[in-house]
Amino acid sequence: MGELIARSVTLGYGDRVVARDLDVEVPAGRITSIVGPNGCGKSTLLRGFSRLLAPSTGQILLDGDDVATLSARELARRLGLLPQSPITPEAMTVAELVGLGRHPHRAMLGGWSRSDQDAVDEALEMTRTADLAGRRVDQLSGGQRQRVWIATVLAQRTATLLLDEPISFLDIARAVEVLDLVVDLNRQRGTTVVMVLHDLNLAARYSDRLIAMRDGAIVAAGPPSDVVTEAMVHDVFGVPSRVVPDPVSGTPLVVPIGRHHRRH
Amino acid sequence: MTVPRAAGGAIAVGGLAAGVLASFAIGAVSVPVGDVVGFLTGADPATAAILVARVDRTLVGVVCGAALALSGAVLQGVTRNPLADPGLLGINAGAALAVAVGVVTGIGASQGTVVALALLGAGAAAGFVALLSRGRPDPVLLVLLGAAVTAACLSAVSAVTIRNQAALEVMRFWQVGSIGGRGLPLLLPSLPVLVLGAVLTVWAGSTLNTLAVGDDLATALGTRIGRTRALLGTGAVLLAAGSVAVVGPIGFVGLVVPHIVRLLMGPDYRVVIAGSVLLGPVLLLTADIIGRVVMPPAEISAGLVVLLLGAPVLVALVRRSVHA
Amino acid sequence: MTAAVLRAATARRRRLVLAAAAAATVALFVARALLGDYQIAAPDAVRILLGADLGPASFIFLETKLPTALVALAAGLALGGSGAAFQSMLRNPLASPDVMGVTLGASAAAVTGLVVAGLTGAQVTAAAFAGGLAVALGIFVLSGGAHSASNRIILIGLGLAFALQAVIHWVLIRGSVYQARDAMRWLSGSLNAMTWDGVSRLWVAVAVGLPLLLLLGRPLRLIEVGDDLAGGLGIRVPRVRLAVLLVVVLLTASATSVAGPIAFVGLLAGPIARRLNAGRSSLPLAALVGAAVVLGADLLGDARWPWGPLPVGIITGLLGAPMLVALLLRSTSEEEIHG
Repeated sequence: MGELIARSVTLGYGDRVVARDLDVEVPAGRITSIVGPNGCGKSTLLRGFSRLLAPSTGQILLDGDDVATLSARELARRLGLLPQSPITPEAMTVAELVGLGRHPHRAMLGGWSRSDQDAVDEALEMTRTADLAGRRVDQLSGGQRQRVWIATVLAQRTATLLLDEPISFLDIARAVEVLDLVVDLNRQRGTTVVMVLHDLNLAARYSDRLIAMRDGAIVAAGPPSDVVTEAMVHDVFGVPSRVVPDPVSGTPLVVPIGRHHRRH
Repeated sequence: MTVPRAAGGAIAVGGLAAGVLASFAIGAVSVPVGDVVGFLTGADPATAAILVARVDRTLVGVVCGAALALSGAVLQGVTRNPLADPGLLGINAGAALAVAVGVVTGIGASQGTVVALALLGAGAAAGFVALLSRGRPDPVLLVLLGAAVTAACLSAVSAVTIRNQAALEVMRFWQVGSIGGRGLPLLLPSLPVLVLGAVLTVWAGSTLNTLAVGDDLATALGTRIGRTRALLGTGAVLLAAGSVAVVGPIGFVGLVVPHIVRLLMGPDYRVVIAGSVLLGPVLLLTADIIGRVVMPPAEISAGLVVLLLGAPVLVALVRRSVHA
Repeated sequence: MTAAVLRAATARRRRLVLAAAAAATVALFVARALLGDYQIAAPDAVRILLGADLGPASFIFLETKLPTALVALAAGLALGGSGAAFQSMLRNPLASPDVMGVTLGASAAAVTGLVVAGLTGAQVTAAAFAGGLAVALGIFVLSGGAHSASNRIILIGLGLAFALQAVIHWVLIRGSVYQARDAMRWLSGSLNAMTWDGVSRLWVAVAVGLPLLLLLGRPLRLIEVGDDLAGGLGIRVPRVRLAVLLVVVLLTASATSVAGPIAFVGLLAGPIARRLNAGRSSLPLAALVGAAVVLGADLLGDARWPWGPLPVGIITGLLGAPMLVALLLRSTSEEEIHG
């Protein structure tokens, strides 16, 4: 449940093509991360998956169904997206905001059901924000707010979850907290997760599968140990490096080599 | 693509000269350019009578066009807001309200009082908007504030004139900015104000360049921000108020001319100011000329033509600069 | 407090505030229908409604006071609700159809019709409606459609507003001073000379438009947290925006064409409603606030002033400025204005 496939997909904005003829496979029930330099098309790919952007060629399949044929509501019940910079509304409490995540499951004039309340409670529990329920979102710290956003998409209870740079503005402790939460989600509910991450090392540590992109094309895809190599880092990011095993998790750890540290 | 300064300067001066000549030559009755040149250099051609009549409006057009454009350029620099313009910021409406009150209460008899009233109204509106937008540099906020102040002032003008037919008769014409029928006797009382405003602002080019980089950096570079802003802002308001007192409220000149200069010659404020002083009159005179030839013998006032032309220009500016 | 308890408490408070607002609006409606320059006692009013003929009182009540009160109520609901919806859609509390030229489009068309084409009554109303619609379409097309950034839409609206002001000025100087006076009367949102024809036309628009608007309330709430997140939650953002635009134009143009432009109601109803509702936006509350403001302003204007009655548009114009000041002085975050 939650498998995403992109077949020969071309994505762009107006006349500008960002990614051409992509073939991407996101396996069900696994955590996949997309990495690459700025402007390589990672976010664009995610937007294509969530149908915020329509591909000019090719298809996007969610569990075999062409995403273009699903209604907005139907898609929202199966696929959730947390974009890069959601807008913090004024005067909304945490409980209300997380409640918004239930929208695809509520009828147009419908009321609030038991299962809606359960989903919200569970989401607050998982993100450890239950004690913030009555606070206003605009008065929370950055880390707390990010957990609340995640709670919002968790309340959506989708089989697939897309996260666009979920830890970019968080300090190291909060970042690890969020990533641990993502793993919890994947293990406890079997949610398929696709994340766009800047930090190559955290991506390698926390993902089952890594997709490296550059200039709108896939350069490498596979388990982190296969994908993260000195050659790949040089090709995709243009920086020389040493790749060593991470002493904590055993996954590849990239150590970049800047000008002042080169031996020759 | 910027035009080199020498060429730009030549074009601007040439444009101004052409504008002045055209203002004399074109109209319900055409006068050959040769006659115009002759008239201006002291000769006495047959068409002198017509030309004499056009001296006033040309002079007013040059002075007020320059004042308005200069005011706009300085306001844009001081507020760091590309959409600043005396008309858009409520200054014109404030002046209108003061003048209306003057007309209705009978105070506004001599032109000197009209100038004083317009100044008062313009200053009050400007001060109000400045106070409200303190510390909030968002361009859209400033413009919306100005629109709200304009709406409020114009409501008040309606309130004042709706029961007073004589006042309505005066105001409905005054409120449409025009350079026709406004002669030297109207210009003279405003001159001190305009001159003071010019003195405060015309040398401001390099200061504005420094202000443009942001308050913190400017202070580090030695500018006394508060005082500079106040002086420049006052100068801009004086220019606008002096102009409104003579020709009535004319918007857009202050907005559009600095932008055009910037587009052609780059963002250096020294150039923008010089260019605005030269091109402002060209725009105003052109609008006046268009108003004169579009439906002879009737005339459409320059103020209306400017607004009608200005709106599409603003729309084009927005489409260019504000991201989709 | 658990989320569930919070939810219930919030809902309860909201219902209370709405009920209070509704009660206030009804009270103002009754006051407008009965009080003012010519007063009618409540029992008399009831008798007139039941068919009794009380001479001049009947005439004045049925032909003037009642229709005027009904139009004020409908116009207020329409302007308040649509203003708030517009602000929510554009994520900017200072955007409103007034400021952006929709109202001016209606005005320009109306006065042009009045002075230049010599139109009267229903024709003026129709012209006004067409004018408002045309401007809205213009803004839509020029800004590049419902996908555009809110800043763009706002600024283009402002640009068009200025051109329309020029048109209005020109019309005012073209005719005789008497025509100018008539035009200015219309421009001040005068609710005098109200006919039952006008009443029914406006109420039809409100009966259709207001429920639609309220239905769009929930999607609008979701759009507040960002187009992308709302899209991920199943909202088709461009469609919702288009729908809101259409309904807002319908309501605003209808209200303006029948009652004339009433300044500031569209701009201030939403923020006032938010302040009454502990900061949360609420379309039904904004509509009620709008109604209360228009009824109250008209009541105020109709009172026995030494200089005679003042049109409702002028009252709201004059009182609106200090209210706007208060609104701006209190707004703390930059986020609120940028959107």
